[in-house]
Amino acid sequence: METTTLEHRFNQKIEREEKIEPKDWMPDDYRKNNIRQISQHAHSEIVGMLPEANWITRAPSLRRKVALLAKVQDEAGHGLYLYSAAETLGAGRDEMIDDLHSGKAKYSSIFNYPTTTWADIGAIGWLVDGAAITNQVALCRTSYGPYARAMVKICKEESFHQRQGYEIMCAMAFGTPEQKAMAQDALNRWWWPSLMMFGPTDSDSVHSQKSMDWKIKRYSNDELRQEFVDKTVAQAEYLGLTIPDPDLKYNEETGHYTFGEIDWKEFYQVISGNGPCNKERIEARRKAHEDGAWVREAANAFAQKRANQQVA
Amino acid sequence: MEQEKQKAALNLSLVMGDNALILGHRLSEWCGHGPILEQDIALSNIALDLIGQARLWLSHAGKLQGGKSEDDLAYHRDVFDFHNFQMVETPNGHWGTTLLRQFVYDAWHHAMLQKLVLAQDEDIAGIARKSLKEVNYHLRWSSEWVIRLGDGTEESGAKMQEAYADVWPYVGELLQKDTWLTELEQLIPGFQADEIISLWWKTVREVFSQANLSSEPMDWLYRKGHLGHHTEHLGYILAEMQFLPRAYPDATW
Amino acid sequence: MSNQNWPLFEVFIRSKNGLSHKHVGSLHAADAPMAIENARDVYCRRNEGVSIWVVPSTQIVASDPEDAEALYEPAKDKIYRHPTFYTVPDEVGHM
Repeated sequence: METTTLEHRFNQKIEREEKIEPKDWMPDDYRKNNIRQISQHAHSEIVGMLPEANWITRAPSLRRKVALLAKVQDEAGHGLYLYSAAETLGAGRDEMIDDLHSGKAKYSSIFNYPTTTWADIGAIGWLVDGAAITNQVALCRTSYGPYARAMVKICKEESFHQRQGYEIMCAMAFGTPEQKAMAQDALNRWWWPSLMMFGPTDSDSVHSQKSMDWKIKRYSNDELRQEFVDKTVAQAEYLGLTIPDPDLKYNEETGHYTFGEIDWKEFYQVISGNGPCNKERIEARRKAHEDGAWVREAANAFAQKRANQQVA
Repeated sequence: MEQEKQKAALNLSLVMGDNALILGHRLSEWCGHGPILEQDIALSNIALDLIGQARLWLSHAGKLQGGKSEDDLAYHRDVFDFHNFQMVETPNGHWGTTLLRQFVYDAWHHAMLQKLVLAQDEDIAGIARKSLKEVNYHLRWSSEWVIRLGDGTEESGAKMQEAYADVWPYVGELLQKDTWLTELEQLIPGFQADEIISLWWKTVREVFSQANLSSEPMDWLYRKGHLGHHTEHLGYILAEMQFLPRAYPDATW
Repeated sequence: MSNQNWPLFEVFIRSKNGLSHKHVGSLHAADAPMAIENARDVYCRRNEGVSIWVVPSTQIVASDPEDAEALYEPAKDKIYRHPTFYTVPDEVGHM
């Protein structure tokens, strides 16, 4: 069949809200765009384990410890679901991981910030997972079937993550003065990077339009960011904490909060590798992968031996 | 008589609980750093099981000590009050070392729980029943890995020999007939420490022979982790684990 | 470096007895027994299953989307295969 006919059919499917499945014909760019976005998303889950795993051994109670460990483990699972979705498009997990380690592939800039106190674990659950969930709920309707299915599963599992974080924030905000100060400090440091998680403003976003047309993305960066701010302000007020933005105010007319200018210079610095922890994060991932090489190799060799024995 | 039973139950709960807690702590250090995602997840599952078991044992121990909580015990004791075997506090080393340590512990843990489910004390039997289901899987998983790595490539075989050299000197403590163990006859009619030891040997010999590892006994040092005599590693584990409750004694989290 | 990449397996889970196995995703494992355990650890963290199937992804044979018309369209106009095609007098009640 001619490419134009195929493309026409493909566009019609997208128009009709039909999902695209792995073996369906799709434009090369659609495939590439999906691989890029899904693998980036997978990388974010995996790199995102590190700042939180940093506190597993220091969690202040056994209840908090198992909750955090289970949460970080879930993120490994989510990375795995997403790599699997990208693999249906012909990308190998090993190649994707190589791209992460070489710096060719990106991941969410937020995970390049350090977790210096326990309150950061609360703030990450509350704000970072809150922002991620805003994004991910929108992605459950993305046009590529395996990606959409992975997102549905992930959203279901993540529902406990944000609650876990907010509960930690509550314990601290309503705790001793020292704890409250720690909670405020965490909010101060995580607020702006959380807003940056939605990506550049729509006018500066390189990939957005095409992704919107193909319904890979369903809402623009700015729309999602606004939604996040709108639902988070009241949660901060409940905690008695102050969002570090003097320009933040409610607009009666629009029914939305207006907020101050994001420091895009910082955003692009962190994205391009100059964030506070970029080096450590990639180094930790690379080390895990390289240290594990002999293990993966041995498992293959052993499987081969066993298979040969069965034949013999 | 009642008092002796109570003492046996307390000592048992502390040994089991502290082993689970400290080994769970070590395994949780792997989270995010495993050799492949699938195994990172698998090891975290085991860490979660162990920390879950530690909570049950320590809650029970706390109850026997007049109403202390699991966190009182985990976060407010110093090194000399911990009763875990020295083996579980040793550093993780590489994946093979972690897995070999896990396997020899699982083999012991499994043998032990098979006896503890027979305890007349329903609290102990209950914790043991729940744990045994989990440890069945741990043992299966770690046995397979020890064999896979021992009989994988030349490199992995060599790595397992290294691991063996690190782990084997510590297994003696699993095979000592210490008082906390022999006094279990107070709780389990007909209890024989020798049965646990011989069951351990059987499992270890079977797996080691497939993994090309020697299971010759050595002239083991008598280790007293169970009495609160530890290696230098435990102090660092506790410094890390207990930092927050110690630094902010008035806070709840 | 020799081969470190584990093959891909498709995972199917029966969520409870009485239901069929359903495709839930994929994972990597060195061999089939490991794939079962990985599936347990990855896809059953929340009590999702009572039975697991794993199949090497390369062993799945799939129909070609190009054949969709020939394969599925002909069934569309066979409306007489559906109960609503037939009229039964109201007095007879549910049938």
